[in-house]
Amino acid sequence: MEIKYKKTNGLTDTPLSYCPGCTHGIVHKLVAEVLAELGVLGETIAIASVGCSVFSYKFFNVDAVQAAHGRACAVATGVKRNLPDRIVFTYQGDGDLASIGIAETIHAANRSENITVIFINNCIYGMTGGQMAPTSLIGQKTTTSQTGRKADVHGNPIHISEMFSQIEGVAYLERVSVYNPRQVRNAKKAIKKAFTYQMEKKGFTMIEVLSSCPVNWGMTPVDALKWIEEKMTPVFPLKVFKDKGEEANV
Amino acid sequence: MAKQLMKGNEAIARAAMLGGLDAFFGYPITPQNEVPEYLSRYMLEEGKVFVQSESEVAAINMVYGAAAAGFRAMTSSSSPGIALKQEGITYLCGSELPCVICSVMRGGPGLGSIQPSQGDYNQATRGGGNGDYHVIVFAPETIQETIDIMKEAFDIADYYRNPVMILVDGLIGQMMESVDLTKPVKKRFLPEKDFATTGTNHHSRRNVVNSLYLESAELEAHNLALKKKYDKVIINDTRYELINMEDPDYVIVAFGTMSRVCRSAIETLAEKKIRVGIIRPISLWPFPNRAFETIDAPHLKGILVVEMNLGQMLTDVIVANNGKYPIGFYGRAGGVVPDPSDVVNAIGHFKDLVVK
Amino acid sequence: MCKAINIRVAGFGGQGVMMTGQLIAYCATHDNMFSLWVPSYGPETRGGTANCSVIVSTKTIASPVFANADVLIAFNLPSLTKYMNMVVDNGIILYNSSMIKDPVIKSGIKAYGIPVNDIAVNLGTIQVSNMAMLGAYMEFSGLFSDQTIEKVLEKFLGEKKAHLLGINKQAIQAGREAMIQVKE
Repeated sequence: MEIKYKKTNGLTDTPLSYCPGCTHGIVHKLVAEVLAELGVLGETIAIASVGCSVFSYKFFNVDAVQAAHGRACAVATGVKRNLPDRIVFTYQGDGDLASIGIAETIHAANRSENITVIFINNCIYGMTGGQMAPTSLIGQKTTTSQTGRKADVHGNPIHISEMFSQIEGVAYLERVSVYNPRQVRNAKKAIKKAFTYQMEKKGFTMIEVLSSCPVNWGMTPVDALKWIEEKMTPVFPLKVFKDKGEEANV
Repeated sequence: MAKQLMKGNEAIARAAMLGGLDAFFGYPITPQNEVPEYLSRYMLEEGKVFVQSESEVAAINMVYGAAAAGFRAMTSSSSPGIALKQEGITYLCGSELPCVICSVMRGGPGLGSIQPSQGDYNQATRGGGNGDYHVIVFAPETIQETIDIMKEAFDIADYYRNPVMILVDGLIGQMMESVDLTKPVKKRFLPEKDFATTGTNHHSRRNVVNSLYLESAELEAHNLALKKKYDKVIINDTRYELINMEDPDYVIVAFGTMSRVCRSAIETLAEKKIRVGIIRPISLWPFPNRAFETIDAPHLKGILVVEMNLGQMLTDVIVANNGKYPIGFYGRAGGVVPDPSDVVNAIGHFKDLVVK
Repeated sequence: MCKAINIRVAGFGGQGVMMTGQLIAYCATHDNMFSLWVPSYGPETRGGTANCSVIVSTKTIASPVFANADVLIAFNLPSLTKYMNMVVDNGIILYNSSMIKDPVIKSGIKAYGIPVNDIAVNLGTIQVSNMAMLGAYMEFSGLFSDQTIEKVLEKFLGEKKAHLLGINKQAIQAGREAMIQVKE
């Protein structure tokens, strides 16, 4: 019998621990496929963060280091500076990257650490049970903004890609999503480009992925995907924010 | 080999390089700045890794990453900076990663002062990180001893797969002393770093560095394995020096700079026909309890603990003494360094200093 | 030398206080003695007063700190006033007589005024006044030979400042001569 589709060997056989309908699984698959297609699984070190993706070290079929909350980019710096020829990536959520770890992330970008950051933005703290994230939308109800996020009380949703586009050391920066098959294909292209740039030693690359959290948003998985498209993308537009490779080709 | 005059902080940096330092990560703080300053030049000259991190927290986590990749990594800081590193330290211990942390103590609490202090005895030996863990802490008294221990520190860290801390005060960091960098140090058989995350092409199985064990039974087994390791450290690497301990009238317990001051004080006391011995803990964790079991002094009037803090090691001495002799305490804080005459006076007033 | 010599050097920032102390420590190390130099240190701001202490010994040095110095080298009046009472009985004081006129010194202590600013200005630059003081102390103590200080200075100045070796040596020599005159 002909094999039409099989799980990438970029993932281990450990069942994913994510909730049903969560898009973490899709992004995991994309990253794993890209690493496998680039033939670098055996040369890659994943840095797992704290949050829902805390167990990503169990799922990616590569060597992995579990980092403290927010410190993934600092840990990645420690690994990459000593192993400059390996592929090093972090996989972080919006609480880990945009709140407690924003300093480590900005400075890794500013030093142009030759690493790739996969940034999952789902506007909420998932693992701890649905608290407000720095990226939560205005009006979004969470367990710590129960009447909805208000700018004058909670501040505005933070725009990580827009901020990082100002940083000289960033080589590639794109915001993508996975709310429909076309977006999934586009996200994979972006992830592949980021890792390719890392292999070419172009510097810091980051892919922000607008992702869903049906359980903590209180929606069905399908409604959650719609919510990304209808509510999140107007606030967080999908686009390439920076591409040093393109600049060089001009 | 001829001796050379070297500043403490620079000696720490050079000795770390002699000990095989691959990667240094740190953030500026007085009075340890000469450590990163020196390394920023010489590490890069030798093609090794030096990164001035954006924060103390970032620095210790960079150490975590470098150690996970199998390299000899180090950070150095001073009191408030070491406070910030506690998170990374417990992760390093939990993940069983070797590294060296240099702590050059200044006055506290809070921002405190930048003058010499021993106020971080508890911070070093107890730590502020979470969980059952220990950092192996050495407190040298001279720049020479700092160099000798620093040169051995990476071996000890690699041997136990555990952080090793070199604890000195700002005086040792800032002063200059004649030293010999070539003194040989103990060599030990080191296990291969088969835990290192260098990519699965480079070793046989998939390596994961991690301190998360959600199953209670699994974590307890990990805790017990760590405990077994710490017991081994206690047996094999507890270090102390006994000075002038034949039939003393008093015994002083002091570490680091303070023990040197006491060495001068007991010479003056000997001229006054008062015999005073010194127990000098070199490893603060493990604390040398066994040194107290060896006290054989029929004329001993008591034990005086002398520290540049208000009584931190004192607690360990009280435990080790186990009620056997009266214990007195003399300490100065805030960056004040007592001189030998202060210690001579303290022995003279021992009765007033006895801890109730 | 039967016992360690405790030396305290003090003055304004910029008078070469730290360097004077360091050079004594370097010379002692060069001559295979034990030496230890302790700076007073503070926030990285310029100006104000500076002081350091040096211990020179043929034996291992125990305490890095001392209450009373065997030798006080004072480059200005505030330093002399501050540290005069922290000199041992029978101790000595070397002071900068270009800046300190007829000081009152407590009995039992020998004090020698060396006009180190005048010596340095005569040589063309005030900046070597500390070297004149070092020369005076070397003459008084007999601790180090001219060869020792020359080798130490060469290394201390490095290639960039090698051209200053000559004037520094001249200042040391002039300081020696001044000490001989004052002693007589």
